[in-house]
Formats: sequence, structure tokens, C-alpha cells
Amino acid sequence: MASDVLFYIFAGFAIMCAVSMVYHKNPLYSAISLVGVFIALSCLYVTLAAPFIAVVQILIYAGAIMVLVVFVIMLLNLDEDRRENRLGYLYAVGGGLGLILLAQTFFIFYAVMRAPQQAVNTAETAGKTLSIGQAMYTEYLLPVEIVGVMLLMAIIGGVVMSRRLNQEQIETVVEAEMNLRNQQEEKDDFRIAF
Amino acid sequence: MEPSLASYLALSGILFTIGAVGVIFKRNAIGMFMCIELMLNSVNLTFVAFSRYYADTTGQLFVFMVMAVAACEAAVGLGIIIAFFRNRISVDVDDASLLKN
Amino acid sequence: MTVLMEAVLKTAFPFIVFSAAILAAFGGVLMIVAYTVLAERKGLGWMQGRVGPNRVGPWGLFQPFADLLKFILKEDLVPDKSTKFVYFLAPLVAITCALIPMVLYPFGPRIADPLGWLVPYVADWPTVGPAVSWIAEQAINMPLTIARIDVGVLFILSITSVGVFGIALAGWSSNSKYSLMGGLRSSAQMISYELAMGASIIGVVMLAGTLDLNGIIEAQIRSPFKWFIIPQFIAFVVFLISAFAETNRVPFDLPEAETELVAGFHTEYSALKFALFFMAEYVNMFTVSVLCVTLFLGGWYVPGLGKILEPGSIPYALVSHLAFIGKICFFLFLYIWIRGTLPRFRFDQLMNFGWKFLLPLGIANIIFTILIVYFLNS
Repeated sequence: MASDVLFYIFAGFAIMCAVSMVYHKNPLYSAISLVGVFIALSCLYVTLAAPFIAVVQILIYAGAIMVLVVFVIMLLNLDEDRRENRLGYLYAVGGGLGLILLAQTFFIFYAVMRAPQQAVNTAETAGKTLSIGQAMYTEYLLPVEIVGVMLLMAIIGGVVMSRRLNQEQIETVVEAEMNLRNQQEEKDDFRIAF
Repeated sequence: MEPSLASYLALSGILFTIGAVGVIFKRNAIGMFMCIELMLNSVNLTFVAFSRYYADTTGQLFVFMVMAVAACEAAVGLGIIIAFFRNRISVDVDDASLLKN
Repeated sequence: MTVLMEAVLKTAFPFIVFSAAILAAFGGVLMIVAYTVLAERKGLGWMQGRVGPNRVGPWGLFQPFADLLKFILKEDLVPDKSTKFVYFLAPLVAITCALIPMVLYPFGPRIADPLGWLVPYVADWPTVGPAVSWIAEQAINMPLTIARIDVGVLFILSITSVGVFGIALAGWSSNSKYSLMGGLRSSAQMISYELAMGASIIGVVMLAGTLDLNGIIEAQIRSPFKWFIIPQFIAFVVFLISAFAETNRVPFDLPEAETELVAGFHTEYSALKFALFFMAEYVNMFTVSVLCVTLFLGGWYVPGLGKILEPGSIPYALVSHLAFIGKICFFLFLYIWIRGTLPRFRFDQLMNFGWKFLLPLGIANIIFTILIVYFLNS
């Protein structure tokens, strides 16, 4: 009973925050809503007897990734999205596609539903930090190593991507851009002339 | 009484759909990035729910992997966004049209 | 009727106990925090050859209450161009994330039979007697911790890492360039130093073999060193430095640097909202002190006390609890001492120090500990 009520509270909160994330045009509001979703999901993980995953969810998603996102939003000082109605019909298409996707997901879940309806009571072993760690470094050692290599690649990629250009490189980029704009203007002039 | 597995899966499906629709609706690169994070999270929820109902730790382990992938995505994705902003003074994905011609 | 009453009371008993425990911990921590503020002003005055606050009550002892009254009664200014919702949300996030870790503080050892001495006195009374004996039965082996969870250290780290949102959002929503700079600085600083902090904790967790705070203290009692500061001294230094950075204290107080950013992220905050930020900072100081004491200084454990008093008895728990508070007070004094001594870092120095010195040192400590543990076990 209590678990049921908790599920509906947190599920409702998660869906509300997710909708508000998509709805808000200001990226910072979206980010705050997303943090709300993460916290709600973390509470659901606690009710699913996975305290380690719940804590790591807050630590990695809310505490690291979203802080980075908020940092970037503040660094670039982003304002509201400017909305152009040029692609207005796409919203209808997107909504329709979303409905189809939802129906499909539900259908798949319904079709493959062979799962037990009641939880197995193994809260003593599954979900404990120790058993996760043991599985990680014995049975699934290779995936963990691969993830490690991938993290290293991401670190290097991030550094390369966001490093500041030196003066020479900036000049090259600016020159290329100016050339492109000049050509564009010439083309436009040409069009206006005719 | 505990909520059944189906209700967790339904919640996950709804969140996934909201994320996917968000990717279509958003123009802002950071907004799209956040919607992708939401989709990854909804998948995590199914992993944890299955792990609970089948009493298997593997599901939780793969949540961990997904989180690592999300962290990589954040590092590289935000790097790309910053580099893009330096060149275009905008994070609107419509402005990323240099290869269009 | 009485049977029903009894059943209701017995069902409600855990909730009542938890509420009472949380209230007691809350009150105690907030009193210590309030007097830390006074001690800071007095201590700084003492170090600088001044008197410090001495007007309210004897030796200025009622100053914290006067301050609180002032914070409540001041006019609450809200900047015209601020983003209202986020502006109100930010202090709430900061104080909530500061207070939640309180439920995990290991205040003391278990008490074997805390109410057993009371039972014979009230045994003859009509209603109270059975009630007291029932409660005494429930209270056997009472822990002096509100909640004991499997992943305690990670939980505290994760909640404090969410706390940075309070500062970042305050900086963004105030619509002031000083606040924005403060918020930016703080989020960069906290992410950087969190890594070093996590790296320093891993060594201790490896030696203890658990993430539970009480479990770590018990592991220290079992270990030959008694306190983990001896085998993990490098980790202790890294942890202490990054704890100063995580709580935005001198010499890492760049987010609120008075001399360059006015007051940083809380420039535009006044009255009770400012008080919340202020309180959150001091409660965070308390939390990292608790973490430091628990991980490196044996928490409530006093070596040799078990020989004088019987472990599990009430005096033993009381002395251990006082030792715990005393160790924390030492760290709070260290904060004040360093504030009176050291100048502030420049931002590039801060980043270089965090990424190029502390983090490699923490990782080197992890590798070193892995090797030691491996060779000891094999």
C-alpha cells in the first residue's frame, strides 16, 4: 500500500517535471525540471531496493552532469529560444510521432510480458553495493574496462573540443567565414539585380 | 501491495516518449541534449525494475554503464556545444548548416 | 477502547521516535552552528587584537539570537529584474541539501539498554509501568544514529553535490554580474574539488570495506592503527583541503570574495533568504567536519575508553558522544583559524591546485592503498 502510494507520487512528479522540461523555452528552467526528474527516479530506485543506484543517480546525473549543463548555460548566458514559426507544422508531426512511439512501446511491453507480477523478495543480496562490485569486477570485467577506455576517450575529446584556438587558427576561421559571407552577399546581390 | 512491473514499464515508456518528442521539438542544442538524457534515464528505470523483479544484479550493473556513457556524452556534447557557440554565437541547431550547400 | 489506543500508539511509535530524533539532532546541530558563528567572530577578533561582539548578554553569548532576530525583521528586498521563481528556489535548495545529511551523522555508539534502569521505579504504576517496560524493550541496542544506510558516505557526497545548485541558481537568477560570476566560479570550483574529495575517500573505504559511516568507525576500532589518519595521512590532507573548497571557505571563498565580487552569489539576497544561505554554509562546514572525523579520526571512538567504562553502557555512550562533538569542534576551530591566517587564492591558482596537484595526489594515494591492501591480503 505504502509502496503503491510512493510509486504514484514519484511517477506523477517525474512525468510532470519531464513535461515541464519539454515545455519550457528557457534552457535553465528545462535543466531544473530535469533535475526534478532525476530526483524522482532516484526515489523510485529506492523503492525498487536499489539504494546504490539511487545514490549514484543523484551523484552522477544531478551532481555532475546537470551541474555541468547549468554551468554551460550560465557561461554562454543563454536566453529564451527564439521561436520561428517556419517549421510550425513539424510540431504536429512530432506530436503524432510521439503518440505512435508511445503506443508502440506499450504494445511491445504488452506483447513480451512474461515477467513475474510480484517482486521476488531478495532484498538481502541484490542491490547491495558488495554484490554489484563483485559482479562488476568478475563477470563483467570486460565491459567495465571498455567503459573505462571510453571515459578516457571522452575526456580527451572534451579537452580537444573546447580548448581555446590560438591567434592563427582564429584568423583562419574568421577568414573562411568572411569569405563565405561575401559570396553569400554577392549571390544575394545577384538575385536582387535580376 | 507493491506496484506491478507493468506500471514501472509504463512510466518508463511515457518518459521515453516525452524525451523523444522533446528532441523533435527543441531547437536548442542544450535542450536536445537534456531530452536525450531523459530518454537514457527512462531506459535505466526499466533496467532497475527488471533487476528487482527477476532478482538479478546485472540490470543495476548496466545502469552503471549507461551512466558512464551519459557522462561521456555530457563531456563531449558540451564541448561541441561550446565550440559551436564560439563560432556561431548561438546554440540553435538550425544554425549548424555549414555543410548544407 | 484501550486496546485500540494501544495498537495505534504502537504503530505510531517508530514515527514518533524518528520525528523526535530528527528534531533533537536538528536543534543540537543548529545550536552548535549558531555558536560557531559567534566563535568565529570572537576568534577572528582575538586573532586580530579586537574584542569581538560583547554587548548582548555576558561575553556576547546571546549574539546569535540577536542576529537571527535581525535577519527575520529586516526588509526582504527582491531585485526587480530577477527571475522570481528561481530566486526563491535557490536558498531553499541550499538549506535543504545542507540539512539532509544530518540523518546519517554517527553521533555515538549503541546503547545496550538505555531505559532499563527506569523500569523498576515505575513498575507498580498502573498505565505508565507497562508502557515504559514496552518502550525499554523496543529501545534495547539503541543506535545513536537516525538512519543507518548501506551507502552512507556516497549519500552524503551526492547530497552535498546537489547543494551547488543553490549557489549556481542564486547567482543566475539575481540578474547581477557579480552574482553570476560568483555562481559560475562556485560551480566550476565544486565540480573540480569534488573529484579530489572522492579520490581521497576511496582509500578509507578500501581499508574499511564498507560505505556505511558506523561500519567505517567499527572498522577503525578493529584495525591495528585505531584511527585511519595514520595509514591514510595523504588522503586526510587531500580531504581537508577539498573540504575547505567544497564549503566555500577561506582560502577558497572565491564564490563570495568580498573584495572583488561584493558578496558573490548572495549579493542580491537579504533578510531571511540571506540567513538561509549563511546557515547552509555553516551546516555544510559541520557536515564535512563530521565526515572528516568519521573517516579519519575514528568518529566517536576514544582509544582506551573501553577499559575504563563498559562498552554499551550509558556513560560510555555519553563520553563517546562528547568526544565526537569535541573532535568536530576542533575542525570548526580549524576553519576559523585558517580564515584568520590565509589569504585568498586567485582563480587560475585554484584550478591549477585542484586539477594538477590535489587530484593526482588523491589518485596516487588510491594506487598506493590498492598495492598495500593487495600485498597484505595475499
